[in-house]
Amino acid sequence: MNPIEIIAQYWPRLLDGTLMTIKLTFLGALIAALVSPGFALIRTHAAPLAQAPLRLYISFMRGTPILAQLFLIFYGSGQFRPILQDWGLWTFFRDPFNCALLAFALNSTAYQTEILRGGIMGVPQGEIEAAKAIGMTRFKTLRRVVFPHAYRIAWPALGNEVILLMKASALASVVTVFDIMGRTRQIFSRTFDFSTYLWAALIYLCITAIFVLIWRQAERRLSRHIEAHHKPRVAAQPAKEPQA
Amino acid sequence: MFELFSYGDTGWGDEILRGLAITVQLAIVTLPVGLLLGFLAAFASMSRLGPLRFLGFGYTTIMRGLPEILTLFVVYNGVGLLLNMALRWWNPERGATDFSPFAAGVIALGMVFGAFAGEVLRGAFQSLDKGQTEAGRAIGMTQGQIFRRIQLPQLWRFALPGLGNLWINMLKDTALVSVIALDDLMRMTKVAVGVTKQPFTFYLLACLIYWVMCVLSELVLYWMERRANRGIRRAV
Repeated sequence: MNPIEIIAQYWPRLLDGTLMTIKLTFLGALIAALVSPGFALIRTHAAPLAQAPLRLYISFMRGTPILAQLFLIFYGSGQFRPILQDWGLWTFFRDPFNCALLAFALNSTAYQTEILRGGIMGVPQGEIEAAKAIGMTRFKTLRRVVFPHAYRIAWPALGNEVILLMKASALASVVTVFDIMGRTRQIFSRTFDFSTYLWAALIYLCITAIFVLIWRQAERRLSRHIEAHHKPRVAAQPAKEPQA
Repeated sequence: MFELFSYGDTGWGDEILRGLAITVQLAIVTLPVGLLLGFLAAFASMSRLGPLRFLGFGYTTIMRGLPEILTLFVVYNGVGLLLNMALRWWNPERGATDFSPFAAGVIALGMVFGAFAGEVLRGAFQSLDKGQTEAGRAIGMTQGQIFRRIQLPQLWRFALPGLGNLWINMLKDTALVSVIALDDLMRMTKVAVGVTKQPFTFYLLACLIYWVMCVLSELVLYWMERRANRGIRRAV
């Protein structure tokens, strides 16, 4: 078969896989995005001892392979089957999609927390003092001053994290989730046609390219009020991730 | 409970250590391959020749955008196919030869490492002080001497934090080779799980081993960074 025949015959499967990859990445990043602001505040404001469990969690998530984390959740849950069945959680853990989503959300939460912490620490002290001076409450200061600026600083790094998560989502195929990678392996095992992999590569690159464009557009929107004067401040990369 | 991890026939300690040895070997063999590719990519993307620059840019951009597991499969299956085609062309009677998963792991992880390292090294090159190169030329150093005595020591200092992160990422990515049937730490864990039916215990053990390796790497890197910066006055 030639590359054109592959895509002509198998495009519905690849499209299905693409949607699955997007779904996994989007939901994983979203769950992490909901949890990480709270965690980031703990990292910047709580007493060192109170932070210890969180720091341990972040260190674990960044120091172990995502594949191992995924296996720990997906296969590891089997060891506690009777308990999980008692609690009615077994149906959740039996589904590979749920396990993959849980693993990616937990992993991304750790990375996003650290990125956001960098952003919060990058907000100039003067802005917070100014907010206090005009009588804003602490909550209002966070909502109107600290977080808007912290997100602007952290935005490019957060984008990188989403791309890394999208790449990591290909691991879900190992636990039989049919994302792009899963569909590709399925098609390859039938056709033994190498171009299958090249199509998959092309799809991944397209998703990344489109995402980068959207993210940049959003960044421009976030910093539209300062664009005329100077470029937005960019956070240093989180300690352990290369730029994607 | 601890019997499970003991040496010998009753425990899985020796099997898992053997897997760990493969993982460490893989990471150590991949490092120079990746660094070499990284230097080539950095030189290519700073070249005066347009096509070479395009090649360097294409390599770093595409490789960084692909999932590592896809790269691994492309190398494992693709190079395997090519190898068989070449061998059959050489000797038509020959049956199919399997491509070594270890070699596939080294090539794939090395290519990923090289793409990221290319960007790190390019950044380091661009933060070198141009005046020092000019000074070297002024006192009659050759290009090789300038590179060895002026640029390389400082390049090391600028690139070390980035390369350290890449090393840790690569160490974690070695877990992927278990998918193409190389008997690394991850796969030996899987074997142990298959027999003992204690998945959580063993995968947690594997996680802890990776964790220890990463934390140790961080300590070594911290020490190396301090050493690389020993001649530098710290900014206030």
